[in-house]
Amino acid sequence: MDPHARTYTTVSKVVGPIIVVDDVRGVAYGEVVEITMPSGRKRLGQVLETESTRAVVQVFGGTRDLDTDRTSVRFTGEIMTIALSPDILGRVFNGIAEPIDGGEEVIPEEIRDIYGSPINPTSREPPHDPIQTGISVIDGLNTLVRGQKLPIFSGAGLPHNQLAAQIARQSKVTGQEESFAVIFAAMGITYEESSFFIRDFTDTGALERAVLFLNLADDPAIERIITPRLALTTAEYLAFEKGMHVLVIMTDMTNYCEALREIAAAREEVPGRRGYPGYMYTDLASIYERAGRITGKPGSITQIPILSMPDDDITHPVPDLTGYITEGQIVLSRDLHRRGIYPPVDILPCLSRLMQGGIGEGLTREDHADVKNQVYSAYALGIRLRGLVAVMGNEGLSSLENEYIRFADLFEDRFIRQDHNEERTIAETLDRAWELLAVLPQEELKRIDPAFIKKYSRTAKETPDA
Amino acid sequence: MYAQGIITRVIGPVVEASGMGGSTMYESVRVGDEALIGEIIILQGDIATIQVYEETSGITPGQPVQRTGQQLSVELGPGLLGTIYDGIQRPLTVIRGFSGDMITRGSTAPALDHNRRWAFTPLVSPGDTVNPGDRLGSVTESTSVTHYILVPPEGDGRILTIADTKDYTIEEVIATIQTDRGIIKVSMVRRWPVREPRPIQRRRDPKEPLITGQRIIDTLFPLVKGGTAAIPGPFGSGKTVVQQQLAKWVNADIIVYIGCGERGNEMADVLDEFPQLHDPRTGQPLINRMVLIANTSNMPVAAREASIYTGITIAEYYRDMGYDVAVMADSTSRWAEAMREISGRLEEMPGEEGYPAYLSSRLAEFYERAGLAEPLGKHEKLGSVSIIGAVSPPGGDFSEPVTQNTLRIVKVFWALDAELAYQRHFPAIDWLMSYSLYSHTVDSWWEEQIGEGWSRKKQEMMEILQKENEIQEIIRLVGPETLPEEDKLALIEAEIIRESYLMQFAFHPVDTFCSPKKQSLMLSAIFAFFTWAREAVAAGVSASEIRSSPIFPLLSRMGPVPAEEEEDLFSALFAAVKEPCIPVRGN
Ligand SMILES: Nc1ncnc2c1ncn2[C@@H]1O[C@H](COP(=O)(O)OP(=O)(O)OP(=O)(O)O)[C@@H](O)[C@H]1O
Ligand SMILES: [Mg+2]
Repeated sequence: MDPHARTYTTVSKVVGPIIVVDDVRGVAYGEVVEITMPSGRKRLGQVLETESTRAVVQVFGGTRDLDTDRTSVRFTGEIMTIALSPDILGRVFNGIAEPIDGGEEVIPEEIRDIYGSPINPTSREPPHDPIQTGISVIDGLNTLVRGQKLPIFSGAGLPHNQLAAQIARQSKVTGQEESFAVIFAAMGITYEESSFFIRDFTDTGALERAVLFLNLADDPAIERIITPRLALTTAEYLAFEKGMHVLVIMTDMTNYCEALREIAAAREEVPGRRGYPGYMYTDLASIYERAGRITGKPGSITQIPILSMPDDDITHPVPDLTGYITEGQIVLSRDLHRRGIYPPVDILPCLSRLMQGGIGEGLTREDHADVKNQVYSAYALGIRLRGLVAVMGNEGLSSLENEYIRFADLFEDRFIRQDHNEERTIAETLDRAWELLAVLPQEELKRIDPAFIKKYSRTAKETPDA
Repeated sequence: MYAQGIITRVIGPVVEASGMGGSTMYESVRVGDEALIGEIIILQGDIATIQVYEETSGITPGQPVQRTGQQLSVELGPGLLGTIYDGIQRPLTVIRGFSGDMITRGSTAPALDHNRRWAFTPLVSPGDTVNPGDRLGSVTESTSVTHYILVPPEGDGRILTIADTKDYTIEEVIATIQTDRGIIKVSMVRRWPVREPRPIQRRRDPKEPLITGQRIIDTLFPLVKGGTAAIPGPFGSGKTVVQQQLAKWVNADIIVYIGCGERGNEMADVLDEFPQLHDPRTGQPLINRMVLIANTSNMPVAAREASIYTGITIAEYYRDMGYDVAVMADSTSRWAEAMREISGRLEEMPGEEGYPAYLSSRLAEFYERAGLAEPLGKHEKLGSVSIIGAVSPPGGDFSEPVTQNTLRIVKVFWALDAELAYQRHFPAIDWLMSYSLYSHTVDSWWEEQIGEGWSRKKQEMMEILQKENEIQEIIRLVGPETLPEEDKLALIEAEIIRESYLMQFAFHPVDTFCSPKKQSLMLSAIFAFFTWAREAVAAGVSASEIRSSPIFPLLSRMGPVPAEEEEDLFSALFAAVKEPCIPVRGN
């Protein structure tokens, strides 16, 4: 028994996921607590606030059958940790790292604090290896690079899971065969959604190199606070200790934020925007900033967090604060989805901030940046004109303007749209963009270096009709 | 030795301790068994509330708090340039040397290298009378910057001894001064409390433009040496890119770049890129005239609060030597949020949106530390601190408290617009919403240094953009058919201004920087084209013929054209507009 451990039965208050324990001594901030309920069942908790004789504890797994008389609280003197070993690959855990695949507990090679420590900015290696996901809207216009954190902003009923699974399945860095792992952290998603991923991982053989942490919709909400941290601690171990390239998929971050809000409300904290705590930016950063590369180490952590935007509102605090931390975002559109286009990616609000360091000669292709800029400006104009036509018809539009509208239509159909199993190389993606740009008069390609136009442009005749 | 207090409470980054009688506000303390660095932010009887600059897990009531008797301060002296610090001036490269790739708690090291020797050249002689701010001597801090060692504030008097031209560490005494209050010894290192502005002789009105090489800024919304600017915008609209562009190209002597609560990869990028970039004026690596403060979003939040003060204090230190210093703070919103977070833990009465009531006064105090100044001392050169603060409004909504309180103080407002960023129109500075109160101040500089007619063209350019907006409004109401040809031409003119002048890609090897001369040349070419086009339209040429004229695509080549082809392009442009435009068919 741990000499630092002390047990008390002095719970004075239970509010939501929080309990207050009185007459304690020497409780450390952040300490792990084991709570034994009147029924004999145990729960985990963590100290949120400590005073000379009083401690405020957040209880994972909920407080429903706790009481103030018989509940006993043991302060363990330890911080929250996870047991790690290379054998963790292929395993399935619940949201607090208990095995749920029928296997044994992991025999630890190492035990780590799940909160980790910040990477020293001087140790970071700026990410620049492009990942080919085989998906044109990503590779061509919002290239993902190793060590990036690139979330998918989605909405209820949109195919974000299919897209994330397709990325996990198809991702490769061309010309490099290195050890690769997928870590999947589910927070409050449904059984069906989680089994979709498990099936997809199983079918493609990815399960052997995956670690799953599953907190499903009917699991305790407060556990969601630690699920992503377990996943990321595992990722750091595999990436920076074992030299693997780790892709971390976390879904749904909105559920994570709900759990944060619940704790803040129970503590009667001054709420920030829409009731979320004022420190949510800092809290989310402590998750997202755990992506990256470290100079001199072979591995990397790439994150694809998925979040659903309540009401499809991109200014809602969850997508908003996420976008302020991550290195871009992939935004799904209900409109494209309704029109049957998969992946329904609305490219205008999308962004990959690390793209410019990961594309160009020697990485993808010399014309990549110019093509991207040209496609963006032409599509943006096409969409604007399409809106105009919707209001007052085609009259008065010049033939040039009509060509822009045609470009936007073709672009959605031939560039954005692709099959769930269709994999395009980056060169194929760029060639496709050139084919579509041929719809426009060459003088309109103002964002492309004339030398590239000479080298890559197609004549309009080669463009197949939609 | 000061009295020791005892921790009574720990909530996140905030700790309370009793037995702290005799301490002062903002005193620096060491918290707990691991002696974490903290600062007193509230005193009430003998209870002190302390913000702790490191992660507090494991800290337990009953552990000690040690006073230091000193305010939270920074170390100033040669060796600051080219260094990257965290929010409380811990040298991150040194820390990495002993604590590894992850920053572990309790890692500290002196901000400056105390063993390194610097070649000192005296500038005074024994017997000279000196006042605070006078130059005692100099060292070459980096090949591009001479670092002056100044007489400290308490140093009025007569020089007793001064060191010879030789190498010294920053701790060695290089001068002794006889003052009224006794003899003081001066070395090359000083400490200064970060929350206290460094004194100056007097403020002056700024008037010289701070040239950034970014057309929309220099032409339409200029900044001055000693001025203040805010750049608010939603995520991904280009705040950081603009700040980094300014750090690279601005004609200041020293750059202080504060990464306050933002991304680690962005700091890594600066560290990766800046040593390889060469200052166009000195030919030296840019990093040699730069100090970086990196307190990323996942680093302790209290140190984020301090990072802004650490940065501005270092900036003032170089200003006092007579330099022009530019401070980039990315993002001041994260700083404000750090205040809010600490304030929330203190259970203070919240103001608007949970921010503490003192938000606006803190913002004002920070921006007031900018300015053009006559430094203390006898030297003639003025020094300046310019501040460019990024603001990250929630949901991109500018009505929120940080944006609003900032706009009340700063003189330049570069409003970033999500729609422009979505269309990849960069820099996504909204030309109708942004303003600069220095716009007229710098006109005379441009007219005298660059070319006559500048302010008139600039004015007309704004009018065309304004007009475009009005015509668009009409199109939305009645459609495009009924527009007169003059209005159609106005739309084409606005398109040229937007796409060939205001738009400027930061990552383009040539267009990343545009000199004032080139800006003026481009404007002349654009207006020559406008005159040509207007005459043609008046003579019956249609606007759509103008748009398909072969001159049109040449205009968009002006920004990115490689230096060696620049002359040909401009000659071609000016030659082309000499020929009147003949209507093709009369359609
Ligand atoms: N002047 C520019 N030229 C070219 N691209 C730009 C320019 N400004 C911004 N961008 C593009 O926009 C992206 C986002 O810009 P940036 O990172 O500066 O946004 P931000 O406003 O700082 O966002 P956040 O608030 O999330 O930090 C960049 O990665 C780049 O792709
Ligand atoms: Mg930024």
